[in-house]
Amino acid sequence: MLDDMNRSLSILVWGVVSLLAAGATAVVALHRSEPINALWLVAAATCCYALGYRFYSKFIAAKILAVDALRATPAERLENGRDFLVTNKWVVFGHHFAAIAGPGPLVGPVLAAQFGYLPGTLWVLAGAVFAGCVQDFVILLFSVRRDGKSLTEMAQEETGVVGGVVAYAAIIAILIILLAVIALVVVNALKDSPWGTFTIAMTIPIALLMGVYLRRIRPGKVLEVSVLGFVLVLLAIWGGQWVSQHPGPAQVFTLSAQALAISIFIYAFAASVVPVWLLLAPRDYLSTFVKLGTIGLLGIGIVAIHPTLHMPALTRFVDGTGPVFAGKIFPFAFITIACGAISGFHSLISSGTTPKLIARETETRMVGYGAMMAESAVAVMAIIAACVLQPGVYFAINSPSGIVGQTVVAATATISNWGFPVTAAEMQALAHAVGEQTLFNRTGGAPAFAVGMAHIFSQTLGGGTVMALWYHFAVMFEALFILTILDAGTRVARFMIQDALGHIYKPLGRTSWYPSIIFTSALIVAAWGYFLWQGVKDPLGGINSLWPLFGIANQLLATVALCVATTIIIKMHRAKYAAVTLVPLVWLVAVTFTASWHKILDPNPRVGFLAQAHALAAGPATSATARLIFNNRLDAGVTALLLGMVALVLFESARQWLGVLSGRKEARVKETPFVMTRLSEERA
Amino acid sequence: MIRLKQAARILISTLREIFDEAAYTRFLQRTRMASSPAAYAAFWRERETNAAPKPRCC
Repeated sequence: MLDDMNRSLSILVWGVVSLLAAGATAVVALHRSEPINALWLVAAATCCYALGYRFYSKFIAAKILAVDALRATPAERLENGRDFLVTNKWVVFGHHFAAIAGPGPLVGPVLAAQFGYLPGTLWVLAGAVFAGCVQDFVILLFSVRRDGKSLTEMAQEETGVVGGVVAYAAIIAILIILLAVIALVVVNALKDSPWGTFTIAMTIPIALLMGVYLRRIRPGKVLEVSVLGFVLVLLAIWGGQWVSQHPGPAQVFTLSAQALAISIFIYAFAASVVPVWLLLAPRDYLSTFVKLGTIGLLGIGIVAIHPTLHMPALTRFVDGTGPVFAGKIFPFAFITIACGAISGFHSLISSGTTPKLIARETETRMVGYGAMMAESAVAVMAIIAACVLQPGVYFAINSPSGIVGQTVVAATATISNWGFPVTAAEMQALAHAVGEQTLFNRTGGAPAFAVGMAHIFSQTLGGGTVMALWYHFAVMFEALFILTILDAGTRVARFMIQDALGHIYKPLGRTSWYPSIIFTSALIVAAWGYFLWQGVKDPLGGINSLWPLFGIANQLLATVALCVATTIIIKMHRAKYAAVTLVPLVWLVAVTFTASWHKILDPNPRVGFLAQAHALAAGPATSATARLIFNNRLDAGVTALLLGMVALVLFESARQWLGVLSGRKEARVKETPFVMTRLSEERA
Repeated sequence: MIRLKQAARILISTLREIFDEAAYTRFLQRTRMASSPAAYAAFWRERETNAAPKPRCC
């Protein structure tokens, strides 16, 4: 009787949630006549995530993966108190979320807002529920069943040596392009901004101070020192205002894009070479502290003030002529937003630290599927932050001077002619309100996001008078964790290169041998530094070529992860359910291969790298022409190389699938044998 | 009230795990050392040589 009542109640509740999801999504998708309230996006997202988690992830867990609460995980069997450790599921969830949520879900959706709020929102919701969350969940579970093996190892074991080698090469390529593009985002946010540059510069001595405090004064008291560091960062933001208002110090901290790029090279090299405890770890703590707090605050701010979105659902730029980046809605919206919908990089984390902490297989659903849902919610917040701006303001901030013109008059005229009115006085007033000299041509997404966030925060706390402080807080928040990824990413890539070089000359593989550290660090910094420099010198702003390249690389890694997942599912004799990973895989192949084709061969010079090189060769020659032509050809070559490698993995995987399905190949998965858990309910 | 306390405890545990405080405590237990600058230096030496660097996503 009680069971029947519970069942009826459950049907009623989920029926209401389903109706709400359908209603809110319909409003978001079909409302055209006047600006829409952000709460519709929040409602659509919340209901879609709830339905996806309750039904789809449960179906995957029960029918396909057959997650088993009685099967001992590597955290239990191999527990060593260091890497393998039985950990509370909420703690693992927080740990995993902190590792996967970076600037991607903030920057990508802001850039894709040039198409309007609708394409990004729909892709973020559908992409997360049906692709991103699924990828993170299945890769996490498969890694748990293989003693926490990495994606590269699983690819090698399940799809063959080619899969392993390609996964390795794709990871290195993604890291290099990722580091270049996020460094470019920081450069564009800080160029000619003494306030922002001072604040970020101050985070280096603050991190050093935290490192020394932890090492010498209060060993291990990280939370305590993070609070102290946070207070010092707030003081640095306050001090930045003083710096920007005094000509002498303002001049010192007013740096061009080139000067900032050089500073970032030096910083990243130093951070990769000095001991982790001194700079990298304290900066990581500080940025995580600020990141978690700010994301929470932004969520509360959006719900509290429920702002109106001024950006239309769809803009005229769905035809591919957008100023932020060139290319049609398909495929470019889907590679511009990676993190937030599906990101291949997550498969590295799902097969890295996290599987070694999971206490029970059943928890992989909450950690893998659930944490990705949380990241997707961050992407929805970024869409809202970008779309609360007047479209004219959004395009003035995000359009490069090469597109809208070199002068303020030309830029405002061009943008107004597109049907998004904006005036020089309006932009000047906004720049003044946020404490900047100008907001024109601040490409990269970070400044637009910061303006939107400052707009939301200032309406929640402090009013318009503190908008400048909120803007610089937002810039600091983004730049802080981008720089953390720069130094952590350079170090990760350094370890991978050292590992590979160790096979050629053994001492090069020793991670504590200084000549090897310096050589490999320089190699990695030079590699991403080259692309950063290319972006800084690019007359189209750099983001136009580098962000799609990063998106393609990231989504190609997701393709590799989904190939591995599909292969394992087929080998598990669950071929009839393989569509769960196969459909997102087919979609990603369509998206990435089409995008790569356009980026290499499209006849429009704003889209195709080779067409751009050809146009440059045919145009008037300047001192930079030869370099620009080479860079475009290099970008085309990198894209083709990535594409070729992933095509190989696809081919190898398809061979495995056909072999197993036709009975020619034995369907044997490389799982660790079943061992019964000994964990008591309380400990797990 | 009990649930609130439980939630607060989990939140603090999560933060301690994210910020490596829990890892340091486990290191001290494993090596039977008392917290000191030397112990913290040893903790980081071990992390730098044994543990792979934590990747951070984009």
